[in-house]
Amino acid sequence: MIYRETGQFKANYQDDQALFPIAQDRYVILVILLITFGLVPALLNEYWLNAILLPFLIYSLAALGLNILTGYCGQLSLGTGAFMAVGAFSVYKLMVAFPGIGFIPMVVLSGVITAAVGTIFGLPSLRIKGFYLAVATLAAQFFLIWLFNKVGWFFNYSATGMINAPPMTIFGAIVTGPKADPIAKYYLVAAFVAVFALAAKNIARGRIGRNWMAIRDMDIAAELIGVRPLIAKLSAFAVSSFYVGMAGALYFAVWLGSAEPTEAFDINQSFLVLFMIIIGGLGSVLGSFLGAAFLVIMPIMLKNLMVDGFGTTSALAEHIQIIVVGVLIIGFLIVEPHGLARLWRIAKEKMRLWPFPY
Amino acid sequence: MLFFIEVTLSGMMAGVMYSLVALGFVLIFKASGIFNFAQGVMALFAALTLVGLMEKFNFPIWLAIIGTIVVMIALAWLIERIMLRHLVNQEPIILFMATLGLAYVLEGMGDILWGSDVKVLDLGIPQGASDWMLDSFDIYIEKLEIFAAVTAAIMVAFLAVFFQKTRIGRALRAVADDHQAALSVGISLHTIWVIVWSVAGIVALVAGIMWGSKSGVQFSLSLIALKALPVLILGGFTSVPGAIIGGLIIGVGEKIAEVYLGPFVGGAIENWFAYMLALAFLLFRPQGLFGEKIIERV
Amino acid sequence: MRKLSRTILAALLAAPLMSGIASAYELVMPTLDYRTGPYAPNGIPFANGYGDYLNMLNERDGGINGARISLVPCETGYNTKKGVECYEKLKGEGQSGALVFQPLSTGITYQLIPKASVDEIPIFSMGYGRTSAANGKIFPWVFNFPATYWSQATVFVQYIAEKEGGMDNLKGKKIALVYHNSAYGKEPIRTLEKAAEKYGFEFMAMPVDHPGQEQKATWLQIRREKPDWVMMWGWGVMNQVAIKEAASIRYPMDRFIGVWWSGSENDVLPAGAAADGYLSGAFHQPGDNFGAHDDIKKYVYDKGMGLGDRDRIGEVLYNRGLVAAMWTSEAIRKAMEIHGTNEIRGVHVRDGFEALEVDEARLKELGLEGFTIPVSITCENHEGPGQVALQQWDAKAKKWSLVSGFYEPLRDITAPLIAEDSAQFAAENNVTERSCN
Repeated sequence: MIYRETGQFKANYQDDQALFPIAQDRYVILVILLITFGLVPALLNEYWLNAILLPFLIYSLAALGLNILTGYCGQLSLGTGAFMAVGAFSVYKLMVAFPGIGFIPMVVLSGVITAAVGTIFGLPSLRIKGFYLAVATLAAQFFLIWLFNKVGWFFNYSATGMINAPPMTIFGAIVTGPKADPIAKYYLVAAFVAVFALAAKNIARGRIGRNWMAIRDMDIAAELIGVRPLIAKLSAFAVSSFYVGMAGALYFAVWLGSAEPTEAFDINQSFLVLFMIIIGGLGSVLGSFLGAAFLVIMPIMLKNLMVDGFGTTSALAEHIQIIVVGVLIIGFLIVEPHGLARLWRIAKEKMRLWPFPY
Repeated sequence: MLFFIEVTLSGMMAGVMYSLVALGFVLIFKASGIFNFAQGVMALFAALTLVGLMEKFNFPIWLAIIGTIVVMIALAWLIERIMLRHLVNQEPIILFMATLGLAYVLEGMGDILWGSDVKVLDLGIPQGASDWMLDSFDIYIEKLEIFAAVTAAIMVAFLAVFFQKTRIGRALRAVADDHQAALSVGISLHTIWVIVWSVAGIVALVAGIMWGSKSGVQFSLSLIALKALPVLILGGFTSVPGAIIGGLIIGVGEKIAEVYLGPFVGGAIENWFAYMLALAFLLFRPQGLFGEKIIERV
Repeated sequence: MRKLSRTILAALLAAPLMSGIASAYELVMPTLDYRTGPYAPNGIPFANGYGDYLNMLNERDGGINGARISLVPCETGYNTKKGVECYEKLKGEGQSGALVFQPLSTGITYQLIPKASVDEIPIFSMGYGRTSAANGKIFPWVFNFPATYWSQATVFVQYIAEKEGGMDNLKGKKIALVYHNSAYGKEPIRTLEKAAEKYGFEFMAMPVDHPGQEQKATWLQIRREKPDWVMMWGWGVMNQVAIKEAASIRYPMDRFIGVWWSGSENDVLPAGAAADGYLSGAFHQPGDNFGAHDDIKKYVYDKGMGLGDRDRIGEVLYNRGLVAAMWTSEAIRKAMEIHGTNEIRGVHVRDGFEALEVDEARLKELGLEGFTIPVSITCENHEGPGQVALQQWDAKAKKWSLVSGFYEPLRDITAPLIAEDSAQFAAENNVTERSCN
């Protein structure tokens, strides 16, 4: 009843091919956008914005990027951390060398640089497949981090290799550095995520996206029907790295403010983002967000609940939290192996039929 | 020249230490197609249990080892019962994710049960440099690593016999080949999985003992899984000898690179060098050195 | 059930704003502990020492000048991202807000340094973190006394020179540095390079990647190069493995010097008898034979409030936590004195730090006579004395003991480096130097 497309007639191709063909979807997206940009900054305090929502949004963007590569194109990548580092160090060098070009172009530009690097490390995917492909991106992971840690040019020869984000403004609001306004930071990141999430949805349903999915489902068959694996795979690497690079730039410049390559972008980061998209749902834009929420917001909530709510000691809370997250991961996978996004799809089906059983 | 021999030998020894961890991965992957993210944590958990039994309950060494084996078998049974049974026929990546959940649970449990301090693990395994080698040839070899190499050799021999000659071993190979065909001839998947995970648990215990004797038992032990990754990829996910040969190649390769190339580029290159080496091999053999040939059909 | 769900709701929504109800003014002292993760074995004793001392003040004296201390731990797992979350959560905690942060990791320290000046909460990175924060003119909110890594590196050079028979004998010697390949481990490199230039010894730096379980290549190189001395900037499992490897290649332990984070019981015990004679830096005594330790046992452990095991009181890292708590509480006391009120906030505590003066006499009053060096902090100098001693491990007795006096650092090497590095920070972040007159 609630979620029914009956009565919504498509009179022309444009309507039929719209990004959200069903009216209810459009309303839902509109409401989400309204909440994101209107309600959230008005209601939540600095702790929520800085410590919970910023990382959630940034990880969502990274997860979106990886989902394009792994979820849509089927190429496993364990180099997300390193590609985020490429974005972070690009934006750092740009901020220090050309402070005049504006922060938004800098972030986009770091995405472009990352795309180039990602494409190079994507080349082995033409020959190596499946879990074995992980080796190419793992090589990228360890090599790039080593490079950023070793070559002084990347961190402007600072004594320890740490990089610090200098202050940057957009329309007069400070968005990086210590004096940044949490609300401005939130708006900036949320805008990036919203724009590029819609873009991802759009790319995924278009010709390129279909090529990717054909490669994912069976690359030989795809090749036979005329999908060029070279173009498809490398474009997936490029687009994915572009997203991941921007996420890395925001992660360093807006959220952390300072970073050292060996810790902020290590292999755990790569695993974390991969786990987000698996638990959220491979090949789903919504899944990237759900996965990021599951692995970023939920552990913090659990911890706060135990420490503030029940007075557990902080160490024990950490142990219990990790066990609970582990159990939930297994539990969710048993209930719905295709990720949280599938649960939402099932719920939509139910809403469509409700109150009738079928 | 002498130094080169020394580096090579040390590399081989280090490689065997990696192989010990990689073996556990191979066993599980072979029998169930699961890439077990929790293998490193299992090694930590096993070592923690062993030390815990010895320290807190004053078990003698042999009893503590048997106790730990029992715990690992019980764990395998629980994993099958609670997790794997419900995930039959899922995609590999989903199973991989489930083992992450497992890793989290074990990590938290290990810490709660046995504490996070460094625990000294002393089973009387010989340690330190081999004096005889050092004095008569001026070559430095760690006794612990010789011991580990011998253990690995025995273990591989045992596993080979187990896989080739026993009834269970044949059943295991059948399952590895084709789940459905194995089921149809009356092999119980559940039993096989419990056995495989138990064996992997015992292999994890061995790896945990070796690495734990080296550095003390602590959380970092679970991170050795990362060192096993290039070995695994190079050797092929499904080959026991591959894990050993892969370990030797990676160990020797990265040590030679670090010692002879490292000083010119600032050092600490062995980590990425291992992956680059594996990548170079894979470009020629995409299924790993000993992996089964990938046959693709439309 | 309703109560439970209300608790849950409150915890979820208002987590950082919860404790505004307390009646008396409490001094909120957050601690960013790491009792989990790969570095937990080092984090636990430190956190215990820090917490036990403050609890002892509460039980014995009713806090500082009668204001009770509220100790708020937050678990970071030595992870920068979690550390940031903890900071955001705790900075506004309680009536007083967080009075001072002890970040306990190089990564988190770097993270918080720019934030401190905005949130007006001082950071006390005791003997770690950013070395150039010693320059109080550029970093008014950061304190890293009693000594920095750079001072420590020069002290090691002096110790080596002393053993070799004078600074002139350093010429032609070979000194290797085995370091944790991270910002922390890289700290001493520049100083040692400068020292090598000046005194003519050969310096070689060898990185070990996190976590550092496998260091064969590094120690093979040491076997080949045969350095006369080896220094180590290690952390966590890397320390234990390095000490074992050094013993295996028969490297003389009394020529192997670790940074003060590589010199705890945890680091040497796994190596057993082979670690005998190993040296490390220190700025306080090991052991529990001081008045403050007795008080901790009496007022805290006898009441069953101890954070750790009673028999581990007095371990090196425990004492390090204790000395951190002592200096912090003294700074708060000073701040109360300066501002004439108990109701102080972070901004006042900073003034307390800048006027901190803990001399021998005060140490004696605190039951810590001879425990550490006298410290006095000024507006320009946040490093304080910069003096470092060396301690040595006795494997038979399983005890650390100081084997040298406190050396002055070679300020002619460190001072220009500090000026240079802080100037770079100031330029990149648009910080103007404040005047200290």
